[in-house]
Amino acid sequence: MLAYTIRRILMLIPVLIGMSLITFSIIHLIPGNPAQTILGEQATPQAIAQLEEQLGINEPYLVQYFDYIGGLLQGDLGQSLRTNADISNEIWPFLAATIELTIFAMVFAVIVGVNAGIISAWKQNSLFDYGAMLVALIGVSMPIFWLGLMQQWIFAQELGWLPAFGRGNPRDPVETTTHFYLLDTLLSGRMDQFWTSFRHLILPGVALGTIPMAIIARMTRSSMLEVLRSDYIRTVEAKGIPKLSVVYRHGFKNAVIPVLTIVGLQTGTLLGGAILTETIFSWPGVGRYVFDGIGNRDYPVIQSGILIIATMFVFINLIVDLLYSYIDPRIKY
Amino acid sequence: MKKSLVLSFAAATVLTFTACGGNDGGNDGEGDVDTNENATETNDSEEGEDGGDEASQPAEDQTLIFARGGDSVSLDYASVTDGESSRVTQQIYESLLTFEEDSFEIGPGLAEDWEVADDGLSYVFTLREGVTFHDGTDFNAEAVKLNFERWADPDHEYHFADEGYAYSVYGTQFGGFQGDEGHVIDEINVLSDYEVEFVLNETLGSFLQNMGMSYFSMTSPAAFEEYGSEINENPVGTGPFQFVSWSRDDSIVLEKYEDYWQEDLPKLDSVIFQVIPDNSARLTALRSGEIDIMDGLNPDDLEALEGEEGITTFERATNNIGYLGFNADKEPFDDPEVRRALNHAIDKETLISVLYAGMAEPAKNLIPPDYLGYNDEIEPYEYDPELAEQMLADAGQEGLEMDLWTMPVARPYMPDPERAAEVMQANLSDIGVTANIVSMEWATYLEQTEAGEHDIFMLGWSGVNGDPDYFFGNLLHSDAIPGGNRTFYRNEEVDSLLDQAKTSIDEDERAELYMEAQELIHEDAPMIPLVHSIPVLAGSERVQNYVPHPQTSEPLTEVELSE
Repeated sequence: MLAYTIRRILMLIPVLIGMSLITFSIIHLIPGNPAQTILGEQATPQAIAQLEEQLGINEPYLVQYFDYIGGLLQGDLGQSLRTNADISNEIWPFLAATIELTIFAMVFAVIVGVNAGIISAWKQNSLFDYGAMLVALIGVSMPIFWLGLMQQWIFAQELGWLPAFGRGNPRDPVETTTHFYLLDTLLSGRMDQFWTSFRHLILPGVALGTIPMAIIARMTRSSMLEVLRSDYIRTVEAKGIPKLSVVYRHGFKNAVIPVLTIVGLQTGTLLGGAILTETIFSWPGVGRYVFDGIGNRDYPVIQSGILIIATMFVFINLIVDLLYSYIDPRIKY
Repeated sequence: MKKSLVLSFAAATVLTFTACGGNDGGNDGEGDVDTNENATETNDSEEGEDGGDEASQPAEDQTLIFARGGDSVSLDYASVTDGESSRVTQQIYESLLTFEEDSFEIGPGLAEDWEVADDGLSYVFTLREGVTFHDGTDFNAEAVKLNFERWADPDHEYHFADEGYAYSVYGTQFGGFQGDEGHVIDEINVLSDYEVEFVLNETLGSFLQNMGMSYFSMTSPAAFEEYGSEINENPVGTGPFQFVSWSRDDSIVLEKYEDYWQEDLPKLDSVIFQVIPDNSARLTALRSGEIDIMDGLNPDDLEALEGEEGITTFERATNNIGYLGFNADKEPFDDPEVRRALNHAIDKETLISVLYAGMAEPAKNLIPPDYLGYNDEIEPYEYDPELAEQMLADAGQEGLEMDLWTMPVARPYMPDPERAAEVMQANLSDIGVTANIVSMEWATYLEQTEAGEHDIFMLGWSGVNGDPDYFFGNLLHSDAIPGGNRTFYRNEEVDSLLDQAKTSIDEDERAELYMEAQELIHEDAPMIPLVHSIPVLAGSERVQNYVPHPQTSEPLTEVELSE
């Protein structure tokens, strides 16, 4: 297991190098000059030339790439062209915001999706089954931005139950240490702020988690149906064990592998898919950070943002793979 | 109808909530939504200022939340040109002179008084005494000298060019930097603690207007020493509000400066600039009472807001031009007759009703109507498709085909460029002209129009200091090729008039010269002036004394919140 883990981690290195090269190249192929974008339509050619020189963007492409990689190896993600800030200093709050949102969305998706899937399989062809699968179908096909705007309209504007934007109440800012608001508010013992932060998570979390929730529900259902039809379940049932225990303890354990794959893949997708949700709900996450970077041709920001998202994606896959061999020892590589 | 949809959707989503253990009943303890209850029955107030006088009492919580689409780039105001940055620095910093609250009329600011020498080459400012920076240090003549020298001198220890700061606005407004040929500020002399003299080597008509620009505000010299190039994240000025915190892409928090030099001001305790990127989401936040003022209203939403309870709108005076420019270097647009003909082809009224929800006025000149030297005598080219067709035929240009370049991004002067292009395409096709809409990415668009790759193109310009030279000099002077002059319009006579007007310090003379220039420009028709748009903000009726300024931002010194 340890050898396998180490081998898997070493395999990440070429993947990450390749990724950085691809991102770097693609970004530099986009037409448009960052200096022009930063200064806007009211810029003079002299100002543009001056800024280009200051930003070092008239250096050859490879020089820029090796500069970037050199810095990366020393933990330096470079400077934002637009704000001059060190990216490694400023990216953490964005990253933490995205991770918090993704975890919340995934917890929601897994709890609701898995249970809905199990119950649907257990009560196959019941009203619940049809209802849940209909919701899942709608969930898969619903665009996030539409769902998000509808949620805001209904739960924030019309009903006034939940806040429409941000991570907390701007009038009462959270004191941050880790930048995970739920954790920070607990650490500072501010239960009122914890509750506020939690409520701010609900709408974006549900919007972001709906698609994976639907996918997980469908996957769980089909996987469970297969297991529930197998012989050993009939044996277990014959022993007179309560149905609930049959389904959850004996059945689900064997149906979990495909579900786990989906959960892993979806978590990775969520990291990328967070851009829309973060924009609609003004969630200051890394998706927004990259999105703004793209609008401003802020090369270092785009590179670092994508690199970090991709790295996390790769690591999530690693964790899923490792979990496989833990759950089902027959899976060995 | 609306209710039932709401309920069924609510039911579906609530179903999903139950599993994650959320118990979403109470909404107290936060103040997020309670502002709605305070909305009174009056929904007729147009002005926003009056209307609530009898009933309204100052609210207990004087924290104003101002929501906008993007974050500030930097709080070192002179190094950036975006409106979102100056919106915040306006509150923290002050300049020697200030504009009137709703116009570009200049008045005293940190300088109480000023004197201009007869030859226009020396300006002496008498500074206000007893003004302190937020760090407690005194504001004085030395501070003024240091601030100006830091922008002018690329080698100054606080110029921070090596850290990537560019003070481009200084260069534009004062003819370059120290050592450049056109740089007008020769020296700055400290005459006494509260008197400072600027000596110019050439007269500059817009000098006093420049002094009112928020780009040229005063930072505490002690703060430069303390923070160095990190001054952009640690702003220290003399303004009504002082800086508290900045979470990037989220919010900037400011609080009242207790020792502010104007008695009993500011009225607000704090101001929070909140980023909400999505226009619809921002409006939702306003309607749910989570924010107090929002910028960037979709013109289409304006109608829906009329008469909505608890919400009011604020109009900013126009300070821009949206235009369609020809490439005078390309056939057949090098022929003024063709350009005049096409000027008759565009239906500006329809454009305004379709795209601006009426919030714009048709343009006939380059500068907005309340600018110095605006020539109201100019007869606009009437919308007359038949005449246009005839004129084109006379010029031998029947069946003309061209590329119509369309901006890929919305701007205040052009809220929906794609639809605008379609409307104009239809106008042109009415007179037998085929216009192929061409769109490209924004930075490329700016580069290629500057390089003259286009036939005709859409663009606009916004004023910064209320001075006509900022429009004419940048858009139509032949010196601005390549650069802002993307029509490649060259007229020596116009150049000479603009040069004289730029250096003159006699207002009447300047006005006269600009009027004359506008006649020539109108005759040459290098562009089709389309509209001067009127940006609209929406806000809660609780917001009192908020007056939007034609430059994109304003100090919130007098603003307060009522119950």
